[in-house]
Amino acid sequence: MSERRINWYKYAAPANFYPLAGKMIPWFTGLTAILFIAGLYVGFFVAPTDFQQGEAYRIIFIHVPAAWMGMFLYVMMALYAGIGWAFNARLGSMMATAIAPTGAIFTFISLVTGSLWGRPAWGVWWVWDARLTSTLILMFLYIGFISLQSSIDDPRRADRAGAVLAIVGVINVPIIYFSVQWWNSLHQGATIRIANKPTMAPSMLAAMLILLAACWMYSIAVVLVRARCIIRERERESPWLAEAATDGFRVQSLG
Amino acid sequence: MLEAVNLGCTRGDRRLVTGLNFSARPGELIELRGPNGSGKTSLLRILAGLSAPAEGEVRWQGESIKSLAEAYSSSVAYLAHQNGVKDELSAIENLRISSGIAGNALSNSEAQAILDMLGLSRQQSLPARSLSAGQRRRVALGRLLSSNAALWILDEVLTSLDDTAIRLSRRFIGDHLANGGLAIIATHQDLDLAAERIQRIELSR
Amino acid sequence: MFGWLVWRDLILAWRRRADVLATVFFFVIVVSLFPLGVGPERETLRTIAPGVVWVAALLASMLSLGRIFGNDYQDGTLEQLLLTPQSTYMIVLGKILAQWLVSEVPLVVIAPLLGLQFGLAQNSLATMVVSLLLGTPVLSLIGSIGAALTLGLRAANVLVALLVLPLYIPVLIFGTGAVQASVNGSSPRPYLLLLGATLVLTLVFAPLATSAALKISVE
Repeated sequence: MSERRINWYKYAAPANFYPLAGKMIPWFTGLTAILFIAGLYVGFFVAPTDFQQGEAYRIIFIHVPAAWMGMFLYVMMALYAGIGWAFNARLGSMMATAIAPTGAIFTFISLVTGSLWGRPAWGVWWVWDARLTSTLILMFLYIGFISLQSSIDDPRRADRAGAVLAIVGVINVPIIYFSVQWWNSLHQGATIRIANKPTMAPSMLAAMLILLAACWMYSIAVVLVRARCIIRERERESPWLAEAATDGFRVQSLG
Repeated sequence: MLEAVNLGCTRGDRRLVTGLNFSARPGELIELRGPNGSGKTSLLRILAGLSAPAEGEVRWQGESIKSLAEAYSSSVAYLAHQNGVKDELSAIENLRISSGIAGNALSNSEAQAILDMLGLSRQQSLPARSLSAGQRRRVALGRLLSSNAALWILDEVLTSLDDTAIRLSRRFIGDHLANGGLAIIATHQDLDLAAERIQRIELSR
Repeated sequence: MFGWLVWRDLILAWRRRADVLATVFFFVIVVSLFPLGVGPERETLRTIAPGVVWVAALLASMLSLGRIFGNDYQDGTLEQLLLTPQSTYMIVLGKILAQWLVSEVPLVVIAPLLGLQFGLAQNSLATMVVSLLLGTPVLSLIGSIGAALTLGLRAANVLVALLVLPLYIPVLIFGTGAVQASVNGSSPRPYLLLLGATLVLTLVFAPLATSAALKISVE
């Protein structure tokens, strides 16, 4: 009897994942474009002007999704790295390495937009409030992960070391967040709170959610592209790659 | 009794060895040969329990060494390219401390007796950094002698040593095999050792 | 077996005392730079004292992390340690204990003297010592994870800093918070309790991560 259900384990092998990813990328790219356009339209043309902050508040439509993606991707990265380590599945580790730069970029965007938001509203370029400071620390964690992996030549050691670091990081993130909250509340007097979000009209919430979905689709597309690059680099001595790279024509591999 | 079942090892993402099967009984010697980069050191480290094999398993007395964990460690003595000798400690301190950490502490007189056998009695209190390479290798051999390990795993044990060290190495390995121990030695040269059975494993590039 | 390991590391540290003393001098110098950079006004110094002493302790302790496993990795003794019947968890704990005794305890002893230079009162100094006593083992434990991950890598020192400093932040906040509370006249107990809890958690879990990292680096 032929097995009707899809054998997902088959896609854990880089050789099978590579073409699947290739087919998925155009779909996610398309979704990203549609959602971005929709979200920006709603955010800039449909959502009303804020009573307190004027037009400048609209930057939260990028700031909040970027911040969420930064945190979400860190957890995903740790998860994939952990799976790659626990099950000795190279693809899991490759996915973690592929996610890291995107997560770092989103965190960076969230820092920059957070800073830009403060400027017109309160006249300062940077505030040491709990959220921004925690986001800064998250940025350091990403940089640490990426630096560690790029300093290790042996790819398997890089995979596993990254997994240990990412898991230690993920466990520490709540502790760090808690301690930064505490620290912030101690020095309350001098701090301006950026956490005062404007009261949400439904269209504002809609814009944020649509843009969040857009960022998510973007992340998937970009991570898949990067994962394929990593697969090509690490599997360059495998026979299947020569076939896939030339779309079915057999190529005589050298050596 | 050591068994390798369908052993495979990788370095980085490259597969060096696949489907290796062999076994060794007490008194037997295995010579591991192959050009540089063929995976001799990687294989020895897997057999010692320092790294995990990419496929297959290693068994000691019928059980996988992964499940034996620390119990296997007490049956193995591993001598790598690096001697595992601290420069700041003297020869006798090196011996006593390493055996103490391994759980079979040597008394002062026992350690001295071993150093006598190695021809290092006069140098026993000198810091290891002032010994020659051959003398330091002899201190490392002392570590082998003081352990009660049944299995000796030796990586290129005879290269770049002085004549005394080579002679002593040969003698001790021979004695170890005669007493029912096993040895696996990666080597470039002919060892000229007597053993109940000698197997030669050739690794190719 | 554990005793032999700690004893070994203590002897080795004694025979390389220059390295150890360098860490202590670094601590003193860094702390002394701040009045030069910020100005000697008593009030300013008293305000920044907790932060300055703690950050300097962090940095000094990071300098000594390379020594936990680095020397042993270079001469092959680390592998031999991993091949003993001792569990890796206990080996790690033994080495961290030795490093703490040799590199961190001197900092704890000298810190109150530096605190005096910054005009801190006696009760604040006592809190500083207790907070450092509770906090420095956590620094060693977390730092050992970074040290194990970066064994044998180029520019390992800088990389360790990058990996470990973000993880040090909670300890920094609780430690300085405790001293700050004393300076302001309120009780440092909540902070010290938090530090104690952090110590217990780290004592249990960090060696697990360090053992895993060691096995990965030594493979």
